[in-house]
Amino acid sequence: MTDAHEIRHEIRIATGDDIVRIRRAVRTVACAARMSLVDRTKLVTAASELARNVIGHGGGGTVRIERLISPSGVSGVRMVFEDAGPGIPDVRLALTDGWSTGQGLGLGLPGARRLVDEFDLQTVVGEGTRVTVTKWTR
Amino acid sequence: MTTQPGEQTHIVELLRSRRETALDRWTELAGAELRGRLSRGELRGELDDLLSLMLRALDGPDAEAAHDELTAALSEMSRRRARQAFTPTETAFGVFALKQVVYELVTESGSNRPRLTEELMAFSHTVDELGLLTFETYAATREQVISDQAEQLLELSTPVVKLWEGIVAVPLVGTLDSARTQVVMETLLQTLVDTGSLYAVIDITGVAAVDTEVAQHLMKTIKAARLMGAECVISGIRPQIAQTMVALGIEFGDIVSKASLADALEYLLARSGVRIVREEAG
Repeated sequence: MTDAHEIRHEIRIATGDDIVRIRRAVRTVACAARMSLVDRTKLVTAASELARNVIGHGGGGTVRIERLISPSGVSGVRMVFEDAGPGIPDVRLALTDGWSTGQGLGLGLPGARRLVDEFDLQTVVGEGTRVTVTKWTR
Repeated sequence: MTTQPGEQTHIVELLRSRRETALDRWTELAGAELRGRLSRGELRGELDDLLSLMLRALDGPDAEAAHDELTAALSEMSRRRARQAFTPTETAFGVFALKQVVYELVTESGSNRPRLTEELMAFSHTVDELGLLTFETYAATREQVISDQAEQLLELSTPVVKLWEGIVAVPLVGTLDSARTQVVMETLLQTLVDTGSLYAVIDITGVAAVDTEVAQHLMKTIKAARLMGAECVISGIRPQIAQTMVALGIEFGDIVSKASLADALEYLLARSGVRIVREEAG
């Protein structure tokens, strides 16, 4: 894949303020990728969910937001959320609607997956979790 | 830098040989109006660093790298000054003062080298550029401060307004996080008690994104209001937010939701038994 990375943001995720900052950065990049208002809102919401997970379950981490251009010329945005938290013992369960270890609705992870085009979850118990999501401009 | 290294050899030599005198004088000129925001020692230290970098940038084996370092150091100094409440004029004046120092040194040395005027002109130009750089950085820093504050303001405004006897509304704008939703919830519940209202509208037209946490906070607020005997209606869910919420899988259950604040008011007026009649024209 020969992706051209035009814009890149790396943001530390530690507090609720960082989530606001991430949302703003994602909106900017999504605008640059010429996404529609609906897709922009979906991407921003997905970022919000995943960032909250990093804070709530991963004990903080980082996110990398970048604009992509696929070999066929389609624009998109990729976000990589990483934390060095406890990891997820049962990924299938974590991706089930309504299942939550915290106080939430249990829709964050499965919901975020439905909001994007590509979703990849790598996790090692005791080492951390990396969620990579991509959304392409339609 | 537009001036070529080596062009200002005499001035560089002077600054090198009489460095301490130059630094003292520069500190004196630049620090004329510090008003306690910065100690003289600190200022001298800063200027010392700047002077070393400047001399390297003007006439050194690594002029290019030194120039980059000088730019970075100046930007950093300008940012610091902005935070210490110096005006951009004061910051830039601190840099421009170096010209005065050099004129004095040159006059004192009694030199009458043939290309001295050109050298002075070139040096003056260099200092001007550096001074203007501090201005630019200063402006950028202030803009950052302003945008940060605007963002915070947006997040903090949570007024509860009375729409009708017995009907209140909370127009939510910006981002809803736990802390702010807590404020919204408390203000709303208190207003319900204070005004004896039975109906409330939570308008989210100004909310940029509704994620699961925000939805959960909203539902908790509505449930709490219900426990107090009040009925809540959500209004202003925009198309893109509605689609996102459906994709996320959020369900508001039996909570009444209306497209606009006007619709919600109409609904609640009807609920409270108020009939709106348009007067016949004529």
